[in-house]
Amino acid sequence: MSVPRFWRKIPQRYNLEGTHCETCGRYFYPPRNLCPECRREGTIVNHTFKGVGKVVTYSVIRTASDQFSALTPYVLAIVELEEGPRLTTQLVCSPEEVKIGMPVKAVFRKIGTEGESGVIYYGTKFAPM
Amino acid sequence: MRDVAVIGIGCTKFGEWWDRSFRNLFVEAGVKAIEDANLAGEQIDAMYVGNMSAGRFIEQEHIGALIADYAGLASEHIPSTRVEAACASGGLAFREAVISVASGMSDIVVAAGVEKMTDVDTSLSTDALAGAADREWEGFTGATFPGLYAMIANDYIHRYGLTREQLAQVAVKNHYNGARNPIAQFQKEITLDTVTNSTLVADPLRLFDCSPITDGAAAVVVAPLEVARKFTDTPIKVLATAQASDTIALHDRRDISTLDASVAAGNRAFQTAGLERKDIDFVEVHDCFTIAEICAIEDLGFCKKGEAGKFTEEGATALDGQIPVNTSGGLKSCGHPVGATGIKQVCEAVLQLRGEAGKRQVDGAEIGMTHNVGGTGATVAAHIFGRT
Repeated sequence: MSVPRFWRKIPQRYNLEGTHCETCGRYFYPPRNLCPECRREGTIVNHTFKGVGKVVTYSVIRTASDQFSALTPYVLAIVELEEGPRLTTQLVCSPEEVKIGMPVKAVFRKIGTEGESGVIYYGTKFAPM
Repeated sequence: MRDVAVIGIGCTKFGEWWDRSFRNLFVEAGVKAIEDANLAGEQIDAMYVGNMSAGRFIEQEHIGALIADYAGLASEHIPSTRVEAACASGGLAFREAVISVASGMSDIVVAAGVEKMTDVDTSLSTDALAGAADREWEGFTGATFPGLYAMIANDYIHRYGLTREQLAQVAVKNHYNGARNPIAQFQKEITLDTVTNSTLVADPLRLFDCSPITDGAAAVVVAPLEVARKFTDTPIKVLATAQASDTIALHDRRDISTLDASVAAGNRAFQTAGLERKDIDFVEVHDCFTIAEICAIEDLGFCKKGEAGKFTEEGATALDGQIPVNTSGGLKSCGHPVGATGIKQVCEAVLQLRGEAGKRQVDGAEIGMTHNVGGTGATVAAHIFGRT
């Protein structure tokens, strides 16, 4: 991922900043600028999520692309935030520990690097509560 | 709209073609299809080519013109269009060809699909394939493509129960069929143990739950049904073409282990054709992973949600079963050259309906269906075919 492409999403990746439609009340993370329910009638504002949720489903990744291969095996999951939306994330726990329905909270972590000497990407992972 | 028929098919053998190029593969498939249709090149009005990621796999874009050129048609200046919808690129290219003929815009149209995946290493191909999902919000976090389907599998297992053996039986059955298909990448039968003892890729999916990295190309020729018999004695009628989309990311779906786009495309196809599930004699579904076939046969309505494991275990999807699924060997055994897969499915449906499927022939096949998925279900193409 190129530097500007990462940089412009820093608030979203570091602080779980998503969006909220004031018309219908739905929350979006990853953020959406157009509400799929209200479309042009929707009023979208930024919303910072609490970062608390539960595991909907997961997998343990054993084979990954170069960028993530040093981390294998790592736990990948879909987490449902308390406010409603679901996101894909890594879990900071062992493969034996993870269970569907497990409560988790957001933690700030290094996600990867751009090549050997490139910028470091930080972002959010989730850890058991 | 005019009725449309498939009048010619051609497919390369699928496999790891170290000694062959992208161009070489699609030219072979295209020439075979044109010969099969008894056509001359100058009779072709247009081409649609399904290709997912030549840009990543061989660092070549502008595939439409490249294919027309190396198919010897540059001097004809025919319109040639690349169609991309990840793993559903082939299915969509076919649909565009059908629409072009049905609308009256063109008469003779070639729909092709091609992918050359082994010119890069596994790490790069894994990364390229991850582009079929949401790069910013899935791929960025370390989600691999098998990982996403593995999350579908765990959701399914958690909610409906599915044994390791039931899941493995999908691969065993598809290898049985692939062993009877001369173009298949793996023409070898396997046992349940082969699957359950293979390396874990993304829990619970093991190596033998996954379709392989494949090089290959496929092409078909479509024409108005009313003139089809000028070219072939066995035109196969396109009874329905349907397409549907859904959220790009798996986490945004209404239901993790139901592909709503499969449900929608399937329903639209059945409605167009005026047919019911029991009318279908065989179906080629998109088994990029074993769990994908489990979901597909449920989402298309061949069995109830949560029952596909038992259905498969009891042999209902076998060659001699109630609804034979993936007689070609599917993506698992026949191979999955991403952009070519949707066209290869059409080739298999045509072979079955012509009665030319050899050792894997479904007795008395009259009506068949194909189902081609892009990504984790963000695009689905469904087609129904019948003998004429």
